[in-house]
Amino acid sequence: MTAAPLGKDLVGLEELSASQITLILDTAEAFKEVSERPIKKVPALRGKTIVNLFFEASTRTRISFEFAEKRLSADTVNVATQSSSVSKGETLVDTARNLEAMRIDMVVIRHPASGAARFLGERIRSNVINAGDGKHEHPTQALLDLLTLRDRFGRIEGLKVAICGDVLHSRVARSNIWGLLKLGAHVVVCGPPTLLPKGLEALGVTVMHRIDEAMQWADAINVLRLQLERMESGFVPSLREYNRIFGVTRERLARAKRDLVIMHPGPINRGVEIDSDVADGSQSLILPQVTNGVAVRMAVLYLLAGGAPEWRNQPADDR
Amino acid sequence: MATEIVERCLGTDGLVMVGVQRRGVELAHRLAVLIHRAKGWVVPLGKLDITLYRDDLQSVGPRPVVGETSLPRELDGQTVVIVDDVLYTGRTIRAALDELADFGRPRRILLCVLVDRGGRELPIQADVVGLRVPTAPGDRVDVLVRERDGEDAVNLVRAE
Repeated sequence: MTAAPLGKDLVGLEELSASQITLILDTAEAFKEVSERPIKKVPALRGKTIVNLFFEASTRTRISFEFAEKRLSADTVNVATQSSSVSKGETLVDTARNLEAMRIDMVVIRHPASGAARFLGERIRSNVINAGDGKHEHPTQALLDLLTLRDRFGRIEGLKVAICGDVLHSRVARSNIWGLLKLGAHVVVCGPPTLLPKGLEALGVTVMHRIDEAMQWADAINVLRLQLERMESGFVPSLREYNRIFGVTRERLARAKRDLVIMHPGPINRGVEIDSDVADGSQSLILPQVTNGVAVRMAVLYLLAGGAPEWRNQPADDR
Repeated sequence: MATEIVERCLGTDGLVMVGVQRRGVELAHRLAVLIHRAKGWVVPLGKLDITLYRDDLQSVGPRPVVGETSLPRELDGQTVVIVDDVLYTGRTIRAALDELADFGRPRRILLCVLVDRGGRELPIQADVVGLRVPTAPGDRVDVLVRERDGEDAVNLVRAE
């Protein structure tokens, strides 16, 4: 195996090379089987202590990380802090010092401020894994999306992937764009101009403003959640109008490629960005995404655990 | 070796052969073919990757690559033959036994290795051995198989 090791933290896919991303996906492939065993547990992270530090609401991601940790035999503690009134910098430094003092090995952090994971990683010796930081990145979500695409198509290179909807507020979109481009996919983003950040083309992404056009071009479409909680008013006129113009509906699906697959990071706003019968239909990969999430997170935890070792030769084992 | 496995398992049905990644997998496959030719039995095959059960995971450098584990069916009440290329410290087999226990409770587990090079660090011995080679700790025993390496060979590389 020639891929460089991952380093201490996983902050985003922007920092990773194509071979590092592939290493994570290949490792995740092996971990899928662990969740199918009668005893869904391997001793790889026995004795490691992991803190799940969630400064923002999360069900899927937190439970997915927790399953991944438990299936690797790590000991876990969940800290859910909804407070947002405290100055973020101060809170995090304080938190970091307290965590250090408790001799923990890894921290999984979700935080409303972009850059929070890097900030924490630079201040503690433990491994830090970004579970979503503001509008910056959500690397494990993009990795599970990549794994789901690779499962379906057998490859990422050359694949046409459309990312549709609220790109502006979406860390999922950002991480996906980095991951897809590094692995050689063609990426289109599509959404109302108010929800597309400026300068996207400079990354190598094509912008479309009509959802029909994007759906007819794509092999796979990743439908983003309209992030109502991150929006001030005025981005979209009304949810009904958004659904009419940008919703992934059954009628639009009928006009797209017959084997177009639908992904969504969840939670779904049914009837807003995606219709119920599309989300639950045969072209939807939404539940396989969730299954892959556990495997991808196990792979990341396994590869990062133990700090940032030099690229030493493995000792001969039973040779 | 195939004959010896058959002798030891005569009268027992429910035989399963499990190759330890990586070259144990090919060796198990070959033994199964030989047994099929001689006796007409179709022996179910499995693969076992013991990486996640290693006792030195915390100390080895970058994480070792995790390979595939797939076992053919319920192991409860079966006779499982673990097949590996080289038996040295016994730590791989310790890990394999732990991993098998997470899949079920076999009636019996046997160990079959192509090369026993001595140097055990755990009280583990093989039931069926192809070749016994005395070695020193710095030596290397490389088993090559045609399917993976293009040739069949056992190379003993002495320490400098």
